[in-house]
Amino acid sequence: MNAELLSLSNAPWLYIGAMLVKILVVFGVTMGIVAYATWAERKVIGHMQTRLGPMLTGWHGLLQPIADGIKLFFKEDIIPSQASRVPFILAPMMILIPSLITIAVVPFGTDLVVNVGGKAYAIPLQITDLNIGILYILAMAGLGVYGITLAGWSSNSKYSLLGGVRASAQMISYELAAGLAIIAVFMLSETLSMREIVLQQSGSILDWYVWKQPLAFVLFLVTGTAEINRTPFDMPEAESELVSGFCTEYSSMKYALFFMAEYANMIVVAAIMATLFLGGWAGPTPWGPVNLLGKIFAFMFFLMWIRATFPRVRYDQLMKLGWKVLLPLALANILVTGIVVVLQQ
Amino acid sequence: MIKEFIQGLSITFKHLLPGHSTTVQYPKVKLQPSERFRGLHRLVPTQDREKCVACYLCPTVCPAKCITVESAENEKGEKYPKVYQIDLLRCIFCGYCVEACPVEAIEMSGNYELANYHRSDFVFDKQRLLNTK
Repeated sequence: MNAELLSLSNAPWLYIGAMLVKILVVFGVTMGIVAYATWAERKVIGHMQTRLGPMLTGWHGLLQPIADGIKLFFKEDIIPSQASRVPFILAPMMILIPSLITIAVVPFGTDLVVNVGGKAYAIPLQITDLNIGILYILAMAGLGVYGITLAGWSSNSKYSLLGGVRASAQMISYELAAGLAIIAVFMLSETLSMREIVLQQSGSILDWYVWKQPLAFVLFLVTGTAEINRTPFDMPEAESELVSGFCTEYSSMKYALFFMAEYANMIVVAAIMATLFLGGWAGPTPWGPVNLLGKIFAFMFFLMWIRATFPRVRYDQLMKLGWKVLLPLALANILVTGIVVVLQQ
Repeated sequence: MIKEFIQGLSITFKHLLPGHSTTVQYPKVKLQPSERFRGLHRLVPTQDREKCVACYLCPTVCPAKCITVESAENEKGEKYPKVYQIDLLRCIFCGYCVEACPVEAIEMSGNYELANYHRSDFVFDKQRLLNTK
């Protein structure tokens, strides 16, 4: 059976309908993971520190995300009198939206074939297959830092400003190494489309790029953690010195947006990681979305594990690691990959 | 460096396995304080009255000045405390009153759940101290 790829030209209404369903499902699943990632994080870190984590709201605290949501929703929304109002309100949205729209290019399964009016259409399980998918992801990751910097600046508070400045400096230093680490993957795949990259890894587990590019994998793991401001690289919100960094002055749902953005970023980095290095949906089991979700959960667990284990690095150590270790390593990796690719031709 | 990273990760992972939590689910589960724990005071009763002979040693030794005693004489001609009050908001639970008492009339119980709603609820008079378990 030859299925035609569903597009706006061959079946416009079906295309729009399928698109809406895909967007809603992906958004819903992402938000569900965000909500329960907060619970999972508190549980995992709690048990690793020989505590229990939330226990009172529902069975083992399972209703905690809902309770937190309701609490934050009814909190007073404070805007400091000396803050710049418009950027102050805009900043939380500017953090959350780039991290959410990044998920649009992550493929999560094989094409779904549907029969409509005697014709077979293939619906790709991916919101949109940009041929420059990874550039789009890097661009959106770069946009995310504007939200943090703007939040820090518009709060008109020393701690927030320092948090914002740190965030931008950290992002710039680590984005370079992250981008360079990914380039090595493209040199092998010769495409920037996420869909194509997954298809090239879909043969067996041995086709995953993590085996061909282990250094790039480790580099992206470290830089990805730094990009999303997770421990041990959570300098922008180092609570021991900056109160809460860029979100010090925020309360109520605006604060909740920052929180959601943090976890949405975790999902994004996990999904990129899984897609670029671990075969995306084409993983060990035959069910595409299950594979991808499993890899995302595994990576998120790893990030929580790291947070429970390692102390925060000092600011100069962070910069030294970024510029003097990770960047040269990424450049060397590109060089070696380039030589190997040329010799193989 | 890598070895230390893995060591740290394995330690935290071991703690994740069940049976490593040290948390006590407090309001549901309570720990038994030790025998010599210094909690809420108790006045020790004899057959018909409290053991206390109102000698004023406890208010004298009390560093926080939280004990109020007023002595009186009963029909048998015995000295007894007409008023015996401890203001728990001032008390520092040092146990000096117990040490000072010549007739072992005051003790300290294991009761540590002393939260209350009004300041007046923290003033323990003779009857409440006698009722302490």
